[in-house]
Amino acid sequence: MSKGFFKSKIVHDFFHDPSAVIGSLLLVLSILLAFFAPSIAPQNPYDLEKVSLEHFLTPPIWMEGGEPGFLLGTDDQGRDIFSTILYGFRTSLIVGFGVVLIAGTFGIIVGLLAGYYGGVMDTVTMRLADTLFSFSTTLIAILLLGLFNRSGVFVVIIAICVADWVKYARTMRGSVLEVKEEAYITAAKATGAGDLRLLLRHLLPNAIPPIFVIVAVDLAVVIMLEATLSFLGVGVPLTEPSLGMMISIGKNYMYAGMWWLVLFPGIALFLLVIGINLFADWLREELNPKIE
Amino acid sequence: MFRLCLIYSMFTYIVRRLIQGIVVLLAVSLICFIVFRSAGDPAVSMAGQYATFQDIEEVRKVFGLDKPYYIQYLRFIANALQGNFGLSFVNRVPALPLILERLPATVELATSAILISVVFGVGLGVLVSLKPYLVRNRLIMAGSLFNISMPTFLTGILLIMVFAVYLKVLPPFGRGETVTIGFWRTGFLTWSGIKHLILPAFTLGMYQLAVLLRLTRAGMREVLTEEYIKTAWAKGLPPRKVIFKHALRNVLIPVVTMTGLQFGELIAFSFVTELIFQWPGAGNLLLTSIFEQDQPVIVTYVMLAALVILTINIIVDILYAILNPKIRYE
Repeated sequence: MSKGFFKSKIVHDFFHDPSAVIGSLLLVLSILLAFFAPSIAPQNPYDLEKVSLEHFLTPPIWMEGGEPGFLLGTDDQGRDIFSTILYGFRTSLIVGFGVVLIAGTFGIIVGLLAGYYGGVMDTVTMRLADTLFSFSTTLIAILLLGLFNRSGVFVVIIAICVADWVKYARTMRGSVLEVKEEAYITAAKATGAGDLRLLLRHLLPNAIPPIFVIVAVDLAVVIMLEATLSFLGVGVPLTEPSLGMMISIGKNYMYAGMWWLVLFPGIALFLLVIGINLFADWLREELNPKIE
Repeated sequence: MFRLCLIYSMFTYIVRRLIQGIVVLLAVSLICFIVFRSAGDPAVSMAGQYATFQDIEEVRKVFGLDKPYYIQYLRFIANALQGNFGLSFVNRVPALPLILERLPATVELATSAILISVVFGVGLGVLVSLKPYLVRNRLIMAGSLFNISMPTFLTGILLIMVFAVYLKVLPPFGRGETVTIGFWRTGFLTWSGIKHLILPAFTLGMYQLAVLLRLTRAGMREVLTEEYIKTAWAKGLPPRKVIFKHALRNVLIPVVTMTGLQFGELIAFSFVTELIFQWPGAGNLLLTSIFEQDQPVIVTYVMLAALVILTINIIVDILYAILNPKIRYE
């Protein structure tokens, strides 16, 4: 099977799977909205000069009392919900991709070394990985952020990474253990290839495909986790936009029938995450030939 | 002889797991201690708002905070072993009883959630795996995808919106009437208690339900293509027997392991659920303590959670070893 054929097959499969196409469209749309938020959003909700309390708790534009300029209504500070959602996407995606990048790189390196060298290093890292896994990324992030009492986007990224690398390390290790036994690795060894060359040139590219699925699934999980942390009040500070925090503010007004504060950020978060999950589902089936 | 060997290797396996558990607990306690000491001078916090310099020095002496760090750490461990984690900075009462008092509410919520997720997750998973292409089953799968794309706090808020604010059939928060049996305050025995439990239990169990559903379905789909299942069908065994005795049994091992391993996640999401529903449990207490920077309560909670998670892990590992004879006691 030539590489060109494989590539065309995966592209062909992608465009013939509606959920994969819809999922990626949702993700790409969110990224575009987040990137161009300053030019699309009618209001910069975190610029105090642009926000005025006199428009607070305005309902969506199509409802009685709605005001032009506030498509989805405003929150208790007079911030435009639509604009805040766009800025919230930025935080979601920065945290999501930040964690995947940092935890992913670290996990892949650890998994590669543990799988290749084995021995004490393997035992120690995998025991650590098991422990972190059973404590769960969510619990560790909440407790660390709570104990250290610091906040900020970067702090949130690091707190999530503390346990999140484990998923990558475990998958990578398992994959390396399988690939290690292949004939071409033995052949490369026989030609006198050094450890570094073997690791980077032969093991890494051949062992990495299962990681792609983990990346996709993890991106969705991390975005939900950031929202959860901000909802609990241990995530990004009040001065940063976050979908989780919007929902946390909105829940105080939900009993009074002001549903738009909760529902619109909720839908936005849901669409972003389900987009990624649809894509991840397709990728998993595509890369796993065992399931029909 | 073989049996004796097996028991012996099982025994060393359990001992090894226990030692590992103790090492982890020590590591957690060390982290807690470091955080505790780096988060500010505990003598100042303990002496209170209006303390003079002399008062603070007095407190430092009384609590041994003038000793070297390693002695302080050993003292911390010694106290922890006796269940003494110090006084809450805010409430001025011992931290451990404060948490233990709130524990029944959390335990009842968590058990109900696990029960819901296992029963519905495995049940629906089996149902869907048998005829994956039925419209009804496709809808269930779509629903499970919806569910894993929705964070727990959003599920909870939407449930409140629908069932409490608009339909007004279930209460939006609190625990309802409780009955006290000994030291345990239970909400299981009153109608109001049960009604208050429904929404939070589903909120907490929902995500896990979807995860188990997908896990069971995937497992069943793989197992159903195996030769021994074909043999079982060919033998003319009733479907009930083939599905539950031959197929599901093999799928249950990862399901049980997953449920056990997800316990940390369950504890984390119990915070979220308790916050949304103002459930008077330990998770809610922890969140309040985080906002008030009540270190002794946070530290006690962390140690307690670590103990519970490690215990469950060891039990799951042992169960796994018993269920699956193939396992090597490495």
